[in-house]
Amino acid sequence: MLELKGVNSFYGKAHVLNDLNFSVDRGRVVALLGRNGAGKTTTMKSIMQLVRPRTGTVTYQGQDITGWSSHRVARNGLGYVPEERRIFTQLTVAENLEVGRQPPREGCTTWTEDMVFDLFPNLAERRQNYGKALSGGEQQMLTIARTLMGNPAFILLDEPSEGIAPVIVEQMARAILQLKQDGLTVLLSEQNLHFAQAVADGVVIIEHGTQQFVGSLADLQAHPDIRDQHLSI
Amino acid sequence: MGLFIAQILTGLANAGALFMVASGLSLIFGVTRVVNFAHGSFYMLGAYVGYSLMQALPGVAGFWGAILLAGLIVGVIGVIVEICVLRPVYRAPELFQLVATFGVILVIQDLTLMIWGPQDLLGPRAPGLKGIIRIMGEPVPQYDIALIAITPFVAIGLWYLITRTRVGTLVRAATQDREMVGALGVNQSWLFTGVFFLGCALAGLGGALQLPKGGADLLMDFSILGAVFVVVVIGGMGSLPGAYLAAVIISILNVFGVTYAPQSTLVLMFVVMVVVLMIRPFGLLGKEEVAGEHGQTGEPERPIKPAGPRIRLLVTTLLVILALLPLYSGNFAVVLVTDIMIFCLFAASLHFMLGQGGLVSFGHAAFFGGGAYAAALLVTYASTPMELALVLAPVSAGLAAIVIGWVCLRSTGVYFAMLTLAFGQLLWSLAFQWGDVTGGDDGLVNIWPSAWASDNTVYYYLAFTLCVGGILLLRQAAHAPFGYALRAARDSTRQAEATGINTKRVQWVAFTFAGTMAGLAGGLFVFSKGSIFPNELETARSFDALIVVFLGGVKTLSGGWVGGAFFEGAKDYLTRFEYWRLTLGLLIIFVVILGPEGIVGSLRKAGERIGLLKTPEDAT
Amino acid sequence: MSPILSVRNLSRNFGAIKAVDDVSFDLAKGELLALIGPNGAGKSTCFNMLMGQLRPSSGTVQLMGKNIAGMQPRKIWRMGVGRTFQITATYVSMTVVENVQMALISHHRRLYSLTSFAHKLYRDKALALLETVGMADQADRHCAVLAYGDLKRLELAVALAHDPVLLLMDEPTAGMAPRERIALMQLTADILAQRGISVLFTEHDMDVVFAHSHRIMVLNRGQLIAEGTVDEIRNNRQVQEVYLGGGTLFKAAEDDAHA
Repeated sequence: MLELKGVNSFYGKAHVLNDLNFSVDRGRVVALLGRNGAGKTTTMKSIMQLVRPRTGTVTYQGQDITGWSSHRVARNGLGYVPEERRIFTQLTVAENLEVGRQPPREGCTTWTEDMVFDLFPNLAERRQNYGKALSGGEQQMLTIARTLMGNPAFILLDEPSEGIAPVIVEQMARAILQLKQDGLTVLLSEQNLHFAQAVADGVVIIEHGTQQFVGSLADLQAHPDIRDQHLSI
Repeated sequence: MGLFIAQILTGLANAGALFMVASGLSLIFGVTRVVNFAHGSFYMLGAYVGYSLMQALPGVAGFWGAILLAGLIVGVIGVIVEICVLRPVYRAPELFQLVATFGVILVIQDLTLMIWGPQDLLGPRAPGLKGIIRIMGEPVPQYDIALIAITPFVAIGLWYLITRTRVGTLVRAATQDREMVGALGVNQSWLFTGVFFLGCALAGLGGALQLPKGGADLLMDFSILGAVFVVVVIGGMGSLPGAYLAAVIISILNVFGVTYAPQSTLVLMFVVMVVVLMIRPFGLLGKEEVAGEHGQTGEPERPIKPAGPRIRLLVTTLLVILALLPLYSGNFAVVLVTDIMIFCLFAASLHFMLGQGGLVSFGHAAFFGGGAYAAALLVTYASTPMELALVLAPVSAGLAAIVIGWVCLRSTGVYFAMLTLAFGQLLWSLAFQWGDVTGGDDGLVNIWPSAWASDNTVYYYLAFTLCVGGILLLRQAAHAPFGYALRAARDSTRQAEATGINTKRVQWVAFTFAGTMAGLAGGLFVFSKGSIFPNELETARSFDALIVVFLGGVKTLSGGWVGGAFFEGAKDYLTRFEYWRLTLGLLIIFVVILGPEGIVGSLRKAGERIGLLKTPEDAT
Repeated sequence: MSPILSVRNLSRNFGAIKAVDDVSFDLAKGELLALIGPNGAGKSTCFNMLMGQLRPSSGTVQLMGKNIAGMQPRKIWRMGVGRTFQITATYVSMTVVENVQMALISHHRRLYSLTSFAHKLYRDKALALLETVGMADQADRHCAVLAYGDLKRLELAVALAHDPVLLLMDEPTAGMAPRERIALMQLTADILAQRGISVLFTEHDMDVVFAHSHRIMVLNRGQLIAEGTVDEIRNNRQVQEVYLGGGTLFKAAEDDAHA
């Protein structure tokens, strides 16, 4: 469904991503693992074309989307959930969802406000609250809910478990499993291996912008050496 | 009582145009983070376009149709400007775009002059509303009543658009984080363009609506700009009800001012603004300014280093050439270069607090003109010798900076900038309206150097010594712990305060230091010219310095004086031609688009590319 | 021995909401004390009051016998309290070593000097501090290009510059990879033990908290609901309910993995 071929990305002169090649099949949840600064966020941004890869191609549903503007990528059904809970703090929860709303897309769930509130019940009672009044966990839920309002076929989740209480992390993991059941394809970046193990089918490990391992979760379990070398928990 | 009510009604009527222009400026700033200096120009265009349309279209429908059409046409012109001038520079460092809009002001000024000629145009009166009605015996023009009725509809319409519609929600979201809005599938380029259209159309509408009251002239652009900034700031950035409230307050104040205190009309508005900001640092109805942290990317500023041998050699060569100038060139060049050096010191002083401290001042001319006036007043009233006056000019400017800095630094960001603008205007108004002391528009004349320095060449060496000395001192300060502390306060106030740095005090000292240096430049200026006029205190003068700093390169150490030399030199050359503003404006826009890092920044990049300068290993 | 930090009845209201409600605790010399709790429990508010960003509604904060509640952050720093931030706060326009020099210049009260070159002042001392956190090899790099984990270590060096008696660390390992987290906390713990510095820190990563803290406090809805050793907290029913969670989902995944 999504394929990266020979992707190289730069920030100015700094070579951040080095020849990434991997793909994500429809209906799968793939975890992008690696330490901070390894290039996970840049990978996400390169897929969304928020950072334009200098060489290589990103193909989504058979279309080469490299060089597109990011709003066009989003309109083609790629939903992006950024790290650091980038919600609109000066807008209410309902307005945040409104910003994310897009026309229905064939073959995808058409999300309504009520449906995202079913998925994240905490948000329902906060509907008219401003974003800045939400707790960290609620903000994280809102970033996901907001992206779902665009009826994506595929979502990119950047560090969904970062900086939130363990009990909320667990809720988040359940929500992702629910989404997967509904047919959504997910690429998520994580540092928390517990979290990744609970939700992911496939794994991509990157270090210093270079991919070190691509395979299923079972493959990774079968190679404890790789696990220890790159993730060591 | 009748007069009182009539005056309030006049004020309310005047508030209409002001509100429309101000809300347009506020909208554009909110979403695009561009402080649109050219907003007054769109207002002026609205008036001129409206005038021509009214000539062409007959009757009541023609009149109102002309006003609406003028708004639309100006909106479209705004879109053209946005697409051609601003789109290429959105990614440049914050506030850099205002340099481009300054170029637009110059271009529009000359184009208007070309099309409509230099004479003031008297606006036609509104058909069907030419009469007056009497309220308690006082005459009130019918057109005023119409304006009073129309404005709230525009205001409510705008408010509805922004708070109740999807487009409005997107606009508010983009105000906070444009990149994210784009990643959620919204075409932000067109959102920006749309907002620019709306903002400019509002300005055009305001210009056309006030035609029957004020007509059209070539000074409209700058004359409304001050008032518009004041309204936006008093009301609170981004608050529409606030802008309306403030427009009403300012307009009514002006009407009463004209009647009861004609000597202080100009000062009054700015005093009110200062008082409001002292009590409510974010305006009457504004919220704390939260700048969008995302989607505004510039290259991070590099660490500073003392100049390497090559640069030192270059600067030394330049200094030798300058020092020998009187030996190989004529009197004209000596006087010209004196002017340029003085302007360079002025620009370098602003560059110090802006570049190192991140303190964007829109009113730095207050200290340049302030120093000049201090020297001129001392000479005129106390027969002070030049030597002493040249000491007291920077001292006076420094003292003024202590007071002004104390008030302004209570605010931050755009509010700080607006406060400095207000003080600049305040001093200008004083010089302009307090004719008994300052000579008003006629200025102060016959301020000549002491006998020993009266020769142009000798004065050249005096200016050379002080200006080069001043610029080197500013540079040394940047390398000293003080300059570092100033940068620390800018880079991370949190960390600075958490490691014992009193950031406000550091900034206050820097503000005073910069003001003192500008005062020195002002002192040198007045003895070089022999006279001083209020225009040296004008906002336009402050903008000159600001443009120069950005043009030279904010994130470089020498941007100030390099930009100053370039700008003053280009201006001197171009003013020989009829449409010099057009050329200068286009030149500025050209430089901005080609070299968003300023002249020095771009030269440095070019030098690194061809291997003349060493590339830092960490360059990103 | 008298405590380094002694907090009594600390409260802060925002309107009708009690963000921090009557919190009291002591911190002994050389102790590593963790403050944990759900998002929005009042940890940040509590921290901000200790560091001077917020004025308490009531209560006292005593640092070695002196009340510092309501003092400005820079005054508290001068009394020997260092801090690190949840989101790193460094001077991006300077080099790594200059960041540390800046704190030293401030400590020696030479901020307003115009005659010397800042990049030459206290360079050796700054390099020694960078050595302590393992950053000496990156001393002259531009701060803006550092990896996140390195920024965190730089912040630690800056916080140590004025030989503090107390370090306040707000989520010190936020945004780091698991291995880096453990390494950073190990480094912190070693330095503290060497120098006898006390630490209060907040953290969401339970691996870090359980591995390194001497004692843990749990905050929920503004109130301290538990305090004790690692084992006591881990097995506390109430803490499991409001914060730690059952961990059933992750445990199942873990079991699968090892099956």
